[in-house]
Amino acid sequence: MVLVYAENQDGKIKKSAHEIVTFGYKTAQSMGTECVALVIGNVVDAASLGKYGASKVIQVNSSQLESFDSQAYAQAISEVAGQVGAKLVVLTHNYSGKALLGRLGVKLNAGVVSGVIQLPETEGGNFKVRKVVFSGKAFAEYEINSDIKVISLAGNSLKPEIVAEDVEVSNLELSINDRKVEVIEVNIQAGDVAPLPEAELVVSAGRGMKGPENWNIIEELARELGATTACSRPVSDSGWRPHHEHVGQTGIAIKPNLYIAAGISGAIQHLAGVSSSKCIVVINKDPEAPFFKAADYGVCADLFDVVPKLTESLKKAKA
Amino acid sequence: MKILVCISKTPETTAKIAFTDNNTALDPNGVQFILNPYDEWFALVRALELKEELGGTVTVINVGPASNDVIIRKALAIGADEAIRVDAEATGARFVADQVANYAKGNDYDLILTGKETIDYNGSEVGSMIAELLELPFQSFARELTMEGDNVIITREIEGGTEKSKSQLPLVVSAAKGMAEQRIPNMRGIMMAKRKPLNVIPAVESSDGTKLSTYSLPAEKSSVKMIDPENMDELVRLLKEEAKVI
Ligand SMILES: Cc1cc2nc3c(=O)[nH]c(=O)nc-3n(C[C@H](O)[C@H](O)[C@H](O)COP(=O)(O)OP(=O)(O)OC[C@H]3O[C@@H](n4cnc5c(N)ncnc54)[C@H](O)[C@@H]3O)c2cc1C
Ligand SMILES: Nc1ncnc2c1ncn2[C@@H]1O[C@H](COP(=O)(O)O)[C@@H](O)[C@H]1O
Repeated sequence: MVLVYAENQDGKIKKSAHEIVTFGYKTAQSMGTECVALVIGNVVDAASLGKYGASKVIQVNSSQLESFDSQAYAQAISEVAGQVGAKLVVLTHNYSGKALLGRLGVKLNAGVVSGVIQLPETEGGNFKVRKVVFSGKAFAEYEINSDIKVISLAGNSLKPEIVAEDVEVSNLELSINDRKVEVIEVNIQAGDVAPLPEAELVVSAGRGMKGPENWNIIEELARELGATTACSRPVSDSGWRPHHEHVGQTGIAIKPNLYIAAGISGAIQHLAGVSSSKCIVVINKDPEAPFFKAADYGVCADLFDVVPKLTESLKKAKA
Repeated sequence: MKILVCISKTPETTAKIAFTDNNTALDPNGVQFILNPYDEWFALVRALELKEELGGTVTVINVGPASNDVIIRKALAIGADEAIRVDAEATGARFVADQVANYAKGNDYDLILTGKETIDYNGSEVGSMIAELLELPFQSFARELTMEGDNVIITREIEGGTEKSKSQLPLVVSAAKGMAEQRIPNMRGIMMAKRKPLNVIPAVESSDGTKLSTYSLPAEKSSVKMIDPENMDELVRLLKEEAKVI
């Protein structure tokens, strides 16, 4: 059995969960088994995970699970993994997935790999997965040979696919040990677009913007595309933009379908977080900017001219 | 307060990456190795600040061969009181976590700090494994860590924002940017580091179900297509029809 932990936000399934259920379903098929999805807390659209290939959804509740705690959540997931006889547990490679992966590896005595980027190779009973290493400069392939395996899937690694219908949701009340961490306050600054690690389209800007007051042109372009905004490190360090927008080696690593970078030079530490993007557009007035070497499309000009023009062209194309 | 900081060694980011032994090992030729920035700048420095504020000791631990002593001495020069090196190649996250947990078990640390991840493999695995092995709570990606009486107040990164929480000691925490400011070792620190204890201990048994099989390099990026700045319609068309991303 493949068990997928499908995350929700405020009681609604996250997009990343559709992705990992699709991943779990396809992997289960290649292993000749089924995929079960696990949700924690009350989730209104839990049944819809069936569409992406879950043969069953288990909804777990406990007073200890009302907010995230790696110890409590890992206990819940490993208990369900035991109940369904999971041989593979799939998590999302995000903040909670990262906090859970190692714990589950220890609990289930499983080999783990984080940040997997494509479906595993399962021929001949083997299990091989791939991830990006050395700041995007290489790939590593790992073989997991423990009886149970735990992996996390990097965001935007495969397209969710609808393959079936809604399925039955079974409720499970678990008794979870008293947690040792108490959440005091949660502060979410992102708006209604996809959070950066899951975003398919990203518009990012750097020091070439001169100051935070000029960001309206970036926001307008992002709005027109339905994209999420990001920034380079000096920009978040100077407080021009919130920290959660910072991408790169010290920020977050993303792999959207489209990454538009305006006024970013393309330092190696920046590229470390974005070089896995499928398509990169660089807007920079310096023809020598290193980012052009990593780009698919380049526009060598003043961003204050080009960005609004690009927004206009997108509007026109839509009309 | 008794603090243990896990430190690791990684290639510096701008290093050129090549492989040997049939693409199963990193070619160390010409690669400069450094202390993993999250361990050095954030975990270690915050540990030192807590010690300065509240008293106690800061021990650093590394799992690695004798050639790692250089980076371990650097951590001592920055201000750690003593170091432990588990004498073995760090073959994987589980191996490292087993070593650290085994050492920490008998030593009653209040706080065990790691970096949020190493910058070479970005595993983000070791901290949560140590926590599970020691049956301790774990707070990951901490940007702020302060003590309020016996409670640890942590602000950590979550999707699209932050979360503030209260935990009790003992606790395992992985450190992200924001937790502290980098400290450059001074001459006095470097001199003192030479006399500080660096204890080498043998590794314990560990088995890991994960094995690296091969490395590969990404396909060369085809060269960039430059677009006339006056013709953004063309860029939109290419994004739609050629790249098919919008
Ligand atoms: C250990 C370490 C970790 C790091 N981690 C990260 C990280 O995670 N993420 C990150 O981003 N950086 C990181 N950095 C910093 C990185 O090295 C660069 O300094 C940083 O990415 C530069 O940001 P930038 O491109 O916005 O600014 P700059 O390098 O100053 O580039 C600005 C660019 O804007 C262009 N420009 C200026 N005006 C205009 C205009 N009007 N129109 C068009 N173009 C214009 C310029 O030609 C220039 O190329 C790290 C550095 C170190 C040492
Ligand atoms: N060989 C090692 N010795 C000691 N600590 C390590 C070692 N490798 C990793 N760590 C710690 O674990 C953290 C996360 O590493 P990783 O899970 O490999 O991304 C690092 O930031 C270090 O604090």
